[in-house]
Amino acid sequence: MAGETPAAAESAEERTDDQTGNSEAIAAAFADGPAYVPYLAVGDPDYESSLAYVEALDRGGADIIELGLPFSEPIAEGSTIQGAIVRALDGGMTPDRFFEFVEELDVDAPLVCMTYYNLIYQYGAGEARSASDASGHAASHDGPRAFVERAAEAGLEGFVVPDLPAEEADPLRTACDEFGLDLVFIVAPTTRGDRLERIMSRVSGYVYVQARLGTTGAKTEVSDRTAESLDRLREYDVPKAVGFGISSGEHAERIVAGGADGIIVGSALVDIVAEGAENDDPVEEVADRLTALSRELKAGAERGYESRIGTPES
Amino acid sequence: MSETESTTTDASETTRPGRERGREDGKFGRYGGQYVPEALMPAIEELTDAYERYVLGNENGFMDEFRERLADFGGRPTPLQRADRLSERYDREIYLKREDLLHGGAHKLNNALGQVLLAKYMGKERIIAETGAGQHGTATAMAAAHLDMPCTIYMGERDINRQRPNVFRMKLNGSDVKPVTAGRGTLKEAISETMRDWAATVEDTHYVIGSIVGPHPFPVMVRDFQAVISEEARKQSLDRVGELPTDVVACAGGGSNTMGTFAAFVDDESVALHAVEAGGSTLEVDEETGVAPNSASLYTGEEGVLHGARTKLLQDSDGQIMESHSISSGLDYAGVGPELAYLVDEGRVTPVAVDDDAALEGFHRLSSTEGIIPALETAHAFGYLEEHTEDLGERVIVNVSGRGDKDLDAAIEETDKRDVPGAPDMSMFTGGM
Repeated sequence: MAGETPAAAESAEERTDDQTGNSEAIAAAFADGPAYVPYLAVGDPDYESSLAYVEALDRGGADIIELGLPFSEPIAEGSTIQGAIVRALDGGMTPDRFFEFVEELDVDAPLVCMTYYNLIYQYGAGEARSASDASGHAASHDGPRAFVERAAEAGLEGFVVPDLPAEEADPLRTACDEFGLDLVFIVAPTTRGDRLERIMSRVSGYVYVQARLGTTGAKTEVSDRTAESLDRLREYDVPKAVGFGISSGEHAERIVAGGADGIIVGSALVDIVAEGAENDDPVEEVADRLTALSRELKAGAERGYESRIGTPES
Repeated sequence: MSETESTTTDASETTRPGRERGREDGKFGRYGGQYVPEALMPAIEELTDAYERYVLGNENGFMDEFRERLADFGGRPTPLQRADRLSERYDREIYLKREDLLHGGAHKLNNALGQVLLAKYMGKERIIAETGAGQHGTATAMAAAHLDMPCTIYMGERDINRQRPNVFRMKLNGSDVKPVTAGRGTLKEAISETMRDWAATVEDTHYVIGSIVGPHPFPVMVRDFQAVISEEARKQSLDRVGELPTDVVACAGGGSNTMGTFAAFVDDESVALHAVEAGGSTLEVDEETGVAPNSASLYTGEEGVLHGARTKLLQDSDGQIMESHSISSGLDYAGVGPELAYLVDEGRVTPVAVDDDAALEGFHRLSSTEGIIPALETAHAFGYLEEHTEDLGERVIVNVSGRGDKDLDAAIEETDKRDVPGAPDMSMFTGGM
């Protein structure tokens, strides 16, 4: 187990190009110690505050940051992140504004875009439509390619697309490989056998291990099905980041001690943004709270890592 | 397979590729697919397997039991009735397929009973469903009570207010009705919320989706359960008239009654198929507010991915899904079944939009001349007959997808706002006078 994480980083070059490891920055994030991977919806509750909040995550020790591009029908999200998405959409967030946001951000952590497939697919569809033939049939456009090209230009390193299962992912996989981006897949507690194989043959960067069934949300108990999932994934050489329901340093510690290479935290951070928006708190205060929780989560993950490998750092 | 063979009257017709389209891989040309969160994929694979074994293969006599229950509990077959006044008015033979006479008052039971029974065969312990107008919710609640399964129905808050009688019916049948407050509180939000419930409960719960939408195998499975409408109608037409109809007309929201009414005719090239969508108040779209004041996704929509399938959608240029609108909550949906999107692109199905006013006039026309009060959804098909008579041939079958009892409050209120020819004065019921 201890040797697994560095191996994942090294193996990036050895893998065939449809397998894994396009982004060196993402590989590096898992290379020495556990990765803390926070999520926020971009534009929640407005563009400027959101910039400050994402930068606060970076100050708090984020190794990778997942940036949510809000979609009107977020079927995989629980009520907390649904709320963030509604606020961001109400605040005028669009795919083009999202890319401007990414370009304007001043952070060290590599950035991954989390969104739903229709937004990826529609980007660039407009041109194809204006080239429609007389019968009104839209000329087929390049699918996800235009979006991926723009994402690469903006400096993103990868994608997580919750409504895109491996079966439908080949066009996006191909575009990601063309532009050197990673495509992260989610593995659920129910994912087994052939499905797991299919996903693991297409994943790159890291695999998002869904800690429990259901939608995103900051539950206080972390399911012991996480351990089962990590067990099933043990033989695969890709970093495993666990998400869904992690909200404290203690959770983070337990998850990493249990074998995770990283932790993904969304709803617990979004809760802070939501509370700040509701109380009209100053942006700096909310940002400080995000940094503080980030430090707690990161420290928890590191404690878990130390207890797992049995060699305390200092 | 056996379903098709047993109801095809002409023995020489051994291949009906249109009737079986999508069964193999869930693809209808570029449309269809399985765009769902990973947590749902194993359940969808399990369901696909069950669909192939029980529905296509009639394993353990599933289809026999389904047909028997549709007859005994549902009241099938429903009649194909000649509409005398409409035939005279339009100078064509107009036949009505009376799905409004199915138990529950709409075609929805065909699918709900099939899926709840399938869930039982699969060993599931709980049923969930979304509903728009409440017709699918009431049908699912009835089927769940009939087959002794606990049931939760998600319904948009706005729809709950528009369709109170149906809420009572679901509760009377023992179902739990959960209001959905997200967005505009209509069908789109109810589907999203039901998918979220399913993602958490997938191991013991079956999601009875109400239309030919969603990930494979739902579009083919719901079509196959609803195809009983056209299988009966085709046979009734051949037996009664000795000929196939020239035209088949059905209203289209998500499209389950539409595909049910078209399925057995898709391979009959001489039969024109007309899908009548809700034109709402106008076909113009307000990009600024993200509102399409209609539900005409076949007629005006663009290709995209929503609720598990690639299909035609009402969306803005970024790909955000628009809020749709229709006088009838059952048609009020921003997407449509992928099979209909495909058949429209192929030119096999003609989409047409009928606006709120014309639908309401159709509602009154059928009520006062034929003695049948149709659902407001169904009324769009009768608006189409009036507005596009010249597009129709000499023998037309119109599917009366549901009865209008659930819509009386809405119909009275909407009638009072307009000057509808031939409509009774309802102002005394709205406090207008």
